[in-house]
Parts: sequence; structure tokens; C-alpha cells
Amino acid sequence: MAKITYIEHDGTEHALDVKPGLTVMEGAVKNNVPGIDADCGGACACATCHVYVDEAWLDRTGDKSAMEESMLDFAENVEPNSRLSCQIKVTDALDGLVVRLPESQH
Amino acid sequence: MSAEANQNACVVIVGAGHAGGSAAAFLRQYGHEGRIVLIGDEPLLPYQRPPLSKAWLKGEADADSLALKPAEWYGENNVFLRLSGVAERINRAAKTVTLASGEAISYDFLILATGARARQLPIPGADLAGVLALRTAADAELLKHALGPGKRLAVIGGGYVGLEAAASARALGADVVVVERESRVLARVACETLSTFFQDYHRARGVTFELNAGVEAFEGADSHIHGVRLSDGRVLPCDVVLVGVGAIPNDELAKDAGLATANGVVVDLEARTDDPAIFAIGDVAHRPLPLYERQFRLESVPNALEQAKQAASAILGRPGPAPEVPWFWSDQYDLKLQIAGLPFEADRQVVRGDVAAAKFAVFHLKGDLLRAVEAVNAPPEFMAGKQLIAKRAPVNVEKLADTSVSMKEVAA
Repeated sequence: MAKITYIEHDGTEHALDVKPGLTVMEGAVKNNVPGIDADCGGACACATCHVYVDEAWLDRTGDKSAMEESMLDFAENVEPNSRLSCQIKVTDALDGLVVRLPESQH
Repeated sequence: MSAEANQNACVVIVGAGHAGGSAAAFLRQYGHEGRIVLIGDEPLLPYQRPPLSKAWLKGEADADSLALKPAEWYGENNVFLRLSGVAERINRAAKTVTLASGEAISYDFLILATGARARQLPIPGADLAGVLALRTAADAELLKHALGPGKRLAVIGGGYVGLEAAASARALGADVVVVERESRVLARVACETLSTFFQDYHRARGVTFELNAGVEAFEGADSHIHGVRLSDGRVLPCDVVLVGVGAIPNDELAKDAGLATANGVVVDLEARTDDPAIFAIGDVAHRPLPLYERQFRLESVPNALEQAKQAASAILGRPGPAPEVPWFWSDQYDLKLQIAGLPFEADRQVVRGDVAAAKFAVFHLKGDLLRAVEAVNAPPEFMAGKQLIAKRAPVNVEKLADTSVSMKEVAA
């Protein structure tokens, strides 16, 4: 299990144990964390699972694919550390990961 | 009831699909503390259906990954499950739902999320073993077992489910023929450019098409399918048939209870029916589309989620979610199709990008207002298009057609 902390826009923290192999998005949705809607269930088709990856973890969460990059390009309030959480696979190396959620997913 | 009292109201949800399961989840997210009963006629916890014709069929996703929430979530959140439970009757005066088992469950609010069922073909042989639909996990299981190298699949109906299953079946090594009544696939749901493109793409990957073809009968031996007889008398030999000719809303429960129905249960922007204590969401709902000034029934996950939020918000007296542009997606082979909006009253089409290179979008406009976009491997066109549809601002058509102008600039 990897401990992942999801921080809602209002500061509410959810520290969850997520099974390696799931995505960071699935860890949130399966635990009903508000603010990650994931309309498309992880097909990289909707950009409703946008998160900000804590700077300390950026090098461990991997690179964005061209598809993810172009979806994020049109999401709201995008920052350099923005990712689509359906595209980050959870591994033991991500134990301790912190992600913050945007104000809205539109 | 006041919003505060509603926080403790008993909510019964009939239908444990994507819409019903999500309604329970949003109620808890929004702070609802009362009893929630979730009634589903399948034996399974709520799960995602879209992967059934895609990743799941190809063996790339397991049952756990399809589940909306893990099993323990329901217990931890006091969501009482009645799986394999069939709701037979609503008593609006007594505010109860009666199950086939005889159990009567009381509600303060009732959410109907009964979905839609696969349309069947009323032709000889429709009851043969190996004549399948693709709607539930059980359907998908049967189809997956029937596919494999050298197996012959006949898909009746060139809609999204049929084409996605065709692509997955090819990946599994099966031979595939698609039989379509119209002159092109996706005839009711996509423009001609897209239909032609998808036909060509499938043909290049070994799928054959029978267009303008009626199906007369399914032929079998030992009560198992072995051929599809067309109207012109030819018989297409096959080992398994997938019938994908649309869906019918499960609105009988509502109709029998005297609620307004019209190809689905009629609801307002809060997903409320003409009974203030009863909501209807997802595939079964005939809902307003404010952007298009009409009522319509949508079959999509984003629609199910949007209406689940509307109903949960209305029950708890919260402001509803911002109205969404309807959208859809389909994955076939290495193609990602994303569609935003609906082409109602559109009077012209603009193609942007390169169809031959499988990277393009077709925009549908009414005058200079964008109504819909169909994007193949073109996320910027989809995302910007969706935003332009929502804004209802005039679009510069010359720029739209010019790929040297970025979609950022077109949408600005």
C-alpha cells in the first residue's frame, strides 16, 4: 500500500492507503474524495481528475504523454505541476505522495 | 421538509448502475446523513459499463477496477444494498417501493436510476444460444468467452457498442462482420465524414461490412447460432452474434406509478419528476438541455454523473452543478473519439485537420455558433470546442478550419 494524501481546495485532507497498480485518480474515486469526478473513468478523455502534484514528488510521478498535455492545456487553472491523476500509476515509490485539488474541474 | 431535515431523510435509489451508485456517493459527499437504500437488479455492486466493450473485453481490466467503490465502502457509509432486488411497484401515497420479494421499503425521497435495456430484434432465432447483447457485466462475460482466434463474430448494428466490440474482437483474433441496416455505420449518431472514416479504419483492420442490409433470421443447430440470414437470402456463417441496435429506457416503474414519461421519465433541471419526492437520473431520464432548448434522453456516463449531482444537490438544498455540455467518448483500436455537444439545427460542417492521418475534427455550426464537435485523436479540438459550445459565442470559421491557427486562439 502507498499512503497518498489528497488535499481538497478548502484544505480538507484525505490520507488514504492506495493499492499499487491503481491510479491516483482511482484511489480518490474509490474512497469518495470530493473534487475528483473522473467522468471518463480513466480514459484520458475528460480532464475532470486534474490535480497539482506536490513539488517534492514531481520527478517520481513521471512525464505527461502528449495526449495528457493537450487535455491539460484546456483545463482551468493549470500550473506547471498540474497532472491528470488517471495518468499516474501508484507504485511503492509513491508512498507519501501529496496532491492538491483545484477549485473546480471545469 | 427543510434542507436541514432532508439531511436525515431516507433516500431510496432504484437502479445500482453508474447513475444510482454515484447518487449515493454524492449524497454522502454533500453531507447527507440519513438512510440510503440502493436497489439493483444485478447481483453486482455498481460498476462502470463503458470498459465492457473496450479494455475489459480485451482482458486489460479486471472486475475490481470496474467497481465504482470497493465493497466495504457501502457498509462504512451506511448505504444499504438490495442487490438482485427487483423493484416492482411504487406507492406514491404511502411513499414506499415494493420489491418482487414482497419487501416494502419506505422513502422520503426516491431516485429512479433504472437505466435502459438492449433493444432486441423480433426475428426468428433471437433466442438461440450465442445471440448476445452487451449491456451488463454478465453479457460481457458471455461475449468474452465466445471470442478468440478464429471465432467468427457477427455484429448487428453499426453503433458505438457494436464498433467498439468489433475492434476488441479483432484484437482477440476473431473474424468480424458488421451488419448495418442504413447505408453507413453510426448513421444516427455521427456525421458522414466520421462514418466513412470509421468504416475505412475498421476495413483496414480486417472487419467486413454489410451495409443497407436487413436481418431476416438467426439460424442455428442444436439451439446454438451458426448463421445470420440477410433479407437478400445470403447467410453469413458465425459462431456468435452481438445485437447492438439501441436501448429502450426502463421507465415502466415510473409509468405505472403515474409519473410523466416520454421516451424516458420526464424531469426538470434538478432531475425531479412531476412528483416532488421522486427524481429520475441517467439513461432513463428525459431531461432538459438548456443549451439546446429542448428535452432529450442521453445515454452517457457524464450525463449520469451530472444528474446524480443535480438530484443529490436538490435533496440537500444545495445549489446544483453548473450545466454541462453533453459529451461522449469512444476508444477503438488506437483511435480516441471525443464528441462534445449535439448537432441540433446545425446547418454547416467544418473539417479541421487531416482525415487520412486519423487526426481531425468535424465542427457542426448553426450560423456562426458551434453546436457540436466530433474529434478523432484531436483533444485540443474537443476541449476548445466544448468550451465554445458552452460560451455560445460566435466562432471565426476561417480560423477554425485553419490548422496553422491554434485552438487556443480560435477559442479566445
